[in-house]
Amino acid sequence: MSRSRPYIRPVETLWWARSPYLAYTLREATGVAVLGYALVLLAGVVCLATGERAYDVWLDFLKSPWSLSLHVLFLIGMIAHTWTWFRILPKTMPRLVIGGRILPQIRITAGGVAVAAASFILIVFVAVWTQP
Amino acid sequence: MPPDPAAGAATREIVIEVLRYRSETDLKPLLQAFRVPFTDDMSVLQGLQYIKDHLDGSLSFRWSCRMAICGSCGMMIGAQPKLACMTFLRDYYPGPLTVEPLAHFPIERDLVVTVGGFVKKIESIYPYLIPKTQRSLDEGEYLQTPLQLARYETFSDCINCMLCYAACPQFGENPDFIGPGAMALLQRYNGDSRDGAQAMRMDLVHTDNGAWSCTAVGNCSEVCPKQVDPANAVNQNKTKSALDFFLRFLGRPLYWEHTASDGDKP
Repeated sequence: MSRSRPYIRPVETLWWARSPYLAYTLREATGVAVLGYALVLLAGVVCLATGERAYDVWLDFLKSPWSLSLHVLFLIGMIAHTWTWFRILPKTMPRLVIGGRILPQIRITAGGVAVAAASFILIVFVAVWTQP
Repeated sequence: MPPDPAAGAATREIVIEVLRYRSETDLKPLLQAFRVPFTDDMSVLQGLQYIKDHLDGSLSFRWSCRMAICGSCGMMIGAQPKLACMTFLRDYYPGPLTVEPLAHFPIERDLVVTVGGFVKKIESIYPYLIPKTQRSLDEGEYLQTPLQLARYETFSDCINCMLCYAACPQFGENPDFIGPGAMALLQRYNGDSRDGAQAMRMDLVHTDNGAWSCTAVGNCSEVCPKQVDPANAVNQNKTKSALDFFLRFLGRPLYWEHTASDGDKP
């Protein structure tokens, strides 16, 4: 008969709140910023469909200091989300072969971040250009 | 500045706190402290060997090659999963340094964990080549280009040290999760151009205990001493699993990777 009596350690319930998992938890939390900004935009579309008065109320809300600080938080969250998203992207793909060689993961991340940065600059440029 | 000839040989002392569990007498594991003299070239494994040889012969731990290829001496060193043979005492001076058995595994005795579950997972993924077409000996070997090799090569570097399991919080929550190591081995065969059993292995990937238990924490790849990148193996299989799910409605073959032209067939 086996005299083995293995000891099973209890699962740590707050593992996500300590290093090295905290970075992962924060990365996942940046998704809330994306959701938050999407909800603000959605509210704008609903107000637009409701009528001019509702739309003006939404525009006034955007100008409030409360909304501005919220948007700064959203922006920080979105930038962190973009960076961490492209960092994890190469892990979710089969090995990419270009010119007979495996493409290093850091190049895939760099490419993604470059596209995100370029599109951001383009959007800001167009927004400034088309301002009445 | 001329090198100090005595610097490498200078003996210092560090306190190593080892989590002890003697199943025949202990109800639960307890830390025991040992004062260990060490030189700059001494690994944590050598520190444990010093304890066993000079301080307490009853201390149990696994080791074999002492050069990071056998995968036996994985343990929690300063709360991080590491190979004791490639971790140095000098980096933890003045200590105290805590050494515990690999996290998330049942403790058999002292630093020895139960590996049966992991071995069963390794066995479950058909860990051998199942050729697409059987060839007789006189037809010669199955050929492969260097590029076809590169597609799965790092996944074949795994030494089964289980550090990735100790680093994976999802395995901690769900011991039935097939886990990073076994999934890396699965991808080592599924990514091999000579293999034809992808559909069989994908049946394991599709389940709740397959790729979908992973939440892409990514810590498994961070702690891997062989740069196997198991997080890549698990997460690319999520993409494949999702594609399989949708492609079956279009009547496409269930497994698609090797039906595409590699463009570099030998």
